[in-house]
Amino acid sequence: MKISFNVNGKSTSVDVAPDTPLLWVLRDTLGMTGTKFGCGKALCGACTVHLNGQAVRSCQTAIGSVSGQKVTTIEGLGGNHKVQKAWIALDVPQCGYCQPGQMMSASALLASNKNPSDEDIDAFMSGNICRCGTYPRIRAAIKQAAKMA
Amino acid sequence: MENMIKNETRRDFLKVSGSVAGGLALGFYMPGRHNVAVAAEATSSPNAWVKIGQDNTITIMVARSEMGQDVYTSMPILVAEELEVDLSKVKVEFAPPAEVYINALLGGQLTGGSTSVRDAWEKLRKAGASARMMLVTAAANEWNVDASQCKASNGMITGPGGKKVTYGHVAAKAAAVEVPKDVPLKPSSQFKVIGNAKQKRLDTEAKVKGQAQFGIDTRVPGMLYAAVAMAPMIGGKVASFDDSRAKAMPGVKAVVQYSRGVAVVADSYWQAKKAKDLLQIQWDGGPNAGNDSKSIWDGIRTASEQPGAVFREHGNVEAGMGQAAKKVEAAYQLPFLSHSPMEPMNTTADVRADKAIIITPTQFQQLIPHVVGGATGLKPEQVEVHTTFLGGGFGRRVEVDYAIDAAEISKAVGAPVKMVWSREDDMTHDSYRPASLMKLSAGLDASGKPVAIRFHSTSPSISARLFPSIVKDGIDPFAVEGIDNYPYDTPNMKLTYQMHDAGVTPGYWRGVSHNLNAVALECFIDELANAAGKDPIQYRIDMLDMGSTKHQWSGLSAGVPVGARMKRALEEVRAKSGWGKKLPEGHGMGVAVMEGYNTVIAMVAQVSVSADYDVTVEKVTAVVDAGTLIHPDQALAQMQGTINFGQSACMWGEITIKNGGVEQTNFDMYRVARMNEAPKVLDIHFIKSDSTPGGLGEPGTAVIQPAIGNAIFAASGKRCRTLPFSPENIKGSA
Ligand code: FES
Ligand code: FES
Repeated sequence: MKISFNVNGKSTSVDVAPDTPLLWVLRDTLGMTGTKFGCGKALCGACTVHLNGQAVRSCQTAIGSVSGQKVTTIEGLGGNHKVQKAWIALDVPQCGYCQPGQMMSASALLASNKNPSDEDIDAFMSGNICRCGTYPRIRAAIKQAAKMA
Repeated sequence: MENMIKNETRRDFLKVSGSVAGGLALGFYMPGRHNVAVAAEATSSPNAWVKIGQDNTITIMVARSEMGQDVYTSMPILVAEELEVDLSKVKVEFAPPAEVYINALLGGQLTGGSTSVRDAWEKLRKAGASARMMLVTAAANEWNVDASQCKASNGMITGPGGKKVTYGHVAAKAAAVEVPKDVPLKPSSQFKVIGNAKQKRLDTEAKVKGQAQFGIDTRVPGMLYAAVAMAPMIGGKVASFDDSRAKAMPGVKAVVQYSRGVAVVADSYWQAKKAKDLLQIQWDGGPNAGNDSKSIWDGIRTASEQPGAVFREHGNVEAGMGQAAKKVEAAYQLPFLSHSPMEPMNTTADVRADKAIIITPTQFQQLIPHVVGGATGLKPEQVEVHTTFLGGGFGRRVEVDYAIDAAEISKAVGAPVKMVWSREDDMTHDSYRPASLMKLSAGLDASGKPVAIRFHSTSPSISARLFPSIVKDGIDPFAVEGIDNYPYDTPNMKLTYQMHDAGVTPGYWRGVSHNLNAVALECFIDELANAAGKDPIQYRIDMLDMGSTKHQWSGLSAGVPVGARMKRALEEVRAKSGWGKKLPEGHGMGVAVMEGYNTVIAMVAQVSVSADYDVTVEKVTAVVDAGTLIHPDQALAQMQGTINFGQSACMWGEITIKNGGVEQTNFDMYRVARMNEAPKVLDIHFIKSDSTPGGLGEPGTAVIQPAIGNAIFAASGKRCRTLPFSPENIKGSA
């Protein structure tokens, strides 16, 4: 089935079964591998993208439900997003695998909350697992990004 | 793997140079091994640490796997320090398997044991220095001046009268220069790159932009995707299967049986996975099908009645116990744990009649040509291995099982295949940190000091499965770490290990047996301090072993007691943590100290324990003596990461078995630390030192666990000896 949607500002159409998770459409059909697979069950946040500006787990988002909507992935964050600048400034990633998801969550948090408290960060970010234990730096980077214009 | 754990591999390498693409390539080879063949190879393959092209591109090869621990930057730092190049301008490439890249501390091209920097410390600085000296000689020859009149810096060589050339300009000529015999290295006072607090990671930008290529991101032309079904029972096999429904699904190209399961190969992963869910498989449960956690622990307990193999003994422990004023006994029970790196196991394999290409996130590239060759009928030299970035490793990727699987599947379908495991596949087909039962007893004299200590552990042996040649007389060196180097001065002691196969695949897991032995020991020492009525930090300081008797088994550790370093770390952590200050009701501090990988860590955890025995880690203070820090900010990152990893393990980590298989399938059942559970404050201090570097990728994982256990005792009065420190286990303890 042909499904059209917008990825990172570009209209795109794919021909896949409508129950295919957005995650696999991005990774396999469109070859955008920045969005990661970690659990497939909305438990780890590695696959986080923005759907119309909201953070969603793409492993639990059927492509059929994305028709006509706007998706932003790590590739679409632009490289110069304040979250990415802060992540680079603090050398946040270790293995790096969870980080696209972390940054997509963090950028969604900052879009809705300009100056998040520790509790806000905990509440918003606790859906994103990092096995390498970069949490202290993620927290610091979110605060640093919040200070950027 | 005969060299495994032998610490004293000769450091004098045979040096070979050859011209690569018209430039200079330099490798260091261990003596006595196919020197001629290797030298010939060096002219045609990039078997080198440094490559300098005529176009002035400087490439540093990283022969260890980047799994977060920073080898991608810390190893080039070592080369760049002596090569005199700007690190931001060098290219970094992952090395293919080759003898030149063998890790002398492990005897294989293998990333593990917190050894990458320790092994590279001299080797890579020498590589950089030798290349620099050869480039300078080539320039001096060209200018007809003496090399001593020339100077290398920032990728340029300058000579008398304002002469100046780039490295690239003289690279071809440098390749013909004799490799220097004496390679003096800079004293630490002249380091510019090593120890630079401002140095950034070289892989951050790619990782922040989503561009870093992990194994799972591999795409090759004509590639198909495989999803797999493996036996739910550990060691189970396919008895029969019906694939009629799976085969009828869209996109499915083939359903193939391979050694340990059935694979569905399709045009996309999701098509493969949906069809895989429709397979009807009858499993042959194999020898472990009847196992469950209860029978496994019964087996471990029964085995623990055996005397075990003595790995350290002095004095007379029975006599010592007989004279003691007080006796303390305890048994610690630690569960199986999963690695669960964030990137599930995967491999892309393209197996053809005369060649195989394996693209994989592996910690052990050297083994892959051999096992893939064995599985496909190819010769090892026909198997080409490419190592990608690893989305975490933690020891899981020392195993090569998933590379073999992908190769078998690719061979069966005759096409390049990317096999991707689900999280469920990954968690139920891991190799697990072995469970262990550790029985300890001590006899204290009238002052409370131990005069006798007895330690007896019973646990599956990882090395007996993976590297049987290193197991000697019933002792697996990787089962006695963290206790073989027992750091206290106790006149009578006997330490024994009983190997026991529990029917659960044991694997090397970040910190390996330090996470068993040092956890039990440091909790037990706390029990002794309590029994003696002494302060746990001062108690430890007063009984540190200040001697110099070598430990027989601690292949990756300092090898001798490090009493003075421990004393200093304990004193500093006491001062920095606010030890002894009044804390709110339900809060407590616990201490632990350990040497592992030649790194000494003293740690104080501060926790609060609720009325329901829910534990919150409020603060962790660590003092670390890891010798020279190559990349200080990333040394800090490793401490942050290991504390997090150990916290997850000791607070929630537990793999249980039912009907022969692993019960936990995903992160809802195998809980790991999340942002809101990470300690609010992590206060980590490194002791300034210019000694040889210690390892940092693992030891913190072990030390945090007893620190938390001891803090729980201080906060609640509950001595929890069964891990994890869950509310049930704490509540059930004395
Ligand atoms: S892969 Fe989607 S939340 Fe884990
Ligand atoms: S950086 Fe490795 S999982 Fe987060």
